[in-house]
Amino acid sequence: MSDLNRTALHDLHLQLGAKMVGFAGYDMPVQYALGVMKEHQHTRSAVGLFDVSHMGQVLISGPSWETVALAFEKLVPQNVLDLADGRQRYGFFTTATGGISDDLMFARRGDALFVVVNAACKAEDLAHMRASLGKSITVEELDRALIALQGPAAEDVLAALDPLAKDMRFMDVLALDLGGIDVWASRSGYTGEDGYEVSVAPDQAQDLARKLLENAKVEPIGLGARDSLRLEAGLCLYGHDMDTTVTPIEAGLGWAIQTARRAGGAREGGFPGTDIILAQLTAGTQRSRVGLLPEGRAPMREGILLYSELEGGEPVGQITSGGFGPTVGGPVAMGYLPTILCAPGTKVFGELRGKRLPLTTTPLPFVAANFKR
Amino acid sequence: MKYTEEHEWLLEEGDVMVVGITAHAAEQLGDVVFVELPEVGTEVSKDDEIVVIESVKAASDILAPLDGEIVEVNEAIVDEPAKVNEDPEGEAWFFKIKPSDLSPMDDYMDEAAYKSFIG
Repeated sequence: MSDLNRTALHDLHLQLGAKMVGFAGYDMPVQYALGVMKEHQHTRSAVGLFDVSHMGQVLISGPSWETVALAFEKLVPQNVLDLADGRQRYGFFTTATGGISDDLMFARRGDALFVVVNAACKAEDLAHMRASLGKSITVEELDRALIALQGPAAEDVLAALDPLAKDMRFMDVLALDLGGIDVWASRSGYTGEDGYEVSVAPDQAQDLARKLLENAKVEPIGLGARDSLRLEAGLCLYGHDMDTTVTPIEAGLGWAIQTARRAGGAREGGFPGTDIILAQLTAGTQRSRVGLLPEGRAPMREGILLYSELEGGEPVGQITSGGFGPTVGGPVAMGYLPTILCAPGTKVFGELRGKRLPLTTTPLPFVAANFKR
Repeated sequence: MKYTEEHEWLLEEGDVMVVGITAHAAEQLGDVVFVELPEVGTEVSKDDEIVVIESVKAASDILAPLDGEIVEVNEAIVDEPAKVNEDPEGEAWFFKIKPSDLSPMDDYMDEAAYKSFIG
């Protein structure tokens, strides 16, 4: 345990009675006193505060916005250039074989690009960016904490500290003054709820978290509920629902590839794996990520093999994320199946403790998003 | 009441033993969302995995603490698994077993010993 990194909020987690676990090299809270179920429900009905400081925060700068944006477009299939100042997009680094080496959020802050990447991938991401973006581009890993405030009352909580928070729309980014603490906020998250992700200097992170927790609507939420919330929201977890062996199209992320980068677009292709990814955008894929509702009450978790028949045959796919969905009130899962089996309502079978149990394919998300668009 | 190192409790009730999991175990498991119990009439051997319990976090097994026959199971916790967290050492018992060999009972802990076992 001693070699685990600690976030700026580590002391606070311990004071709040968190159960700590190692996650991506960090000692992180998996749950607090409320427990996963109540933390999940609290986030859906009020506000949850999440420490996501383990994630990598990177500032990419260069001689001009155009230079920075076009350099970054060599690594991702997103339209970076046309991103307006103060706006954020979801994206992913692709590989030469069309896989995904990490997913990320990127925001335009003036002429610079602010990128948030997964904790487990950040060392590789930094190396990748430094090696690929070119000499005129500076890649700086920022020593900042990141606090997510998620739930239907998140706006009230932040707006009480800075009214500007209220006017932000989904995927806006803005500098806010939260009671004397300067932060960079984005209106986004990983729960399917409205909310914000707030980047703050590490020496002010505890003060900010305490200030937010003073509001009776706010409870601290651990990684356990973070996972069940994102699963119900149908959001991919890198390393589970996607990795270098899965293309963005198979993962159902084609919506995140804007027209400018598609065939016939203003800046078509030019990212790793272009040929494969653009061909799949047109022709479709052999397999796809799909939502799965187990018919029984037993949770069906990551790694469970899926079959098209009750007996016999080879596995046709696998669950990549699964568990109990507290808002759904039952088990939920997602995984990969041959695209021909992905039509909603198709019955497949998952092998659990030696028995094949039925699941029904279903559109994602399980719980509708509650964003302020 | 006696306790096993697997965090089960056993309570003698006439000629059967009522078996459940301890409050400590329930807390460690987290919110229980699924329980699968053995069928009444099943003959079990000590250490058979006879109950599946799933929490929001993970699946775990509960082992038969004794040889014997399952004579009753608590369907209420199948219908409402959250009861396991609410009252693990009372209402949320798991099954009743009619033991054929009581000798393992000598190895099981009393309350004081269990408390020191879980530290």
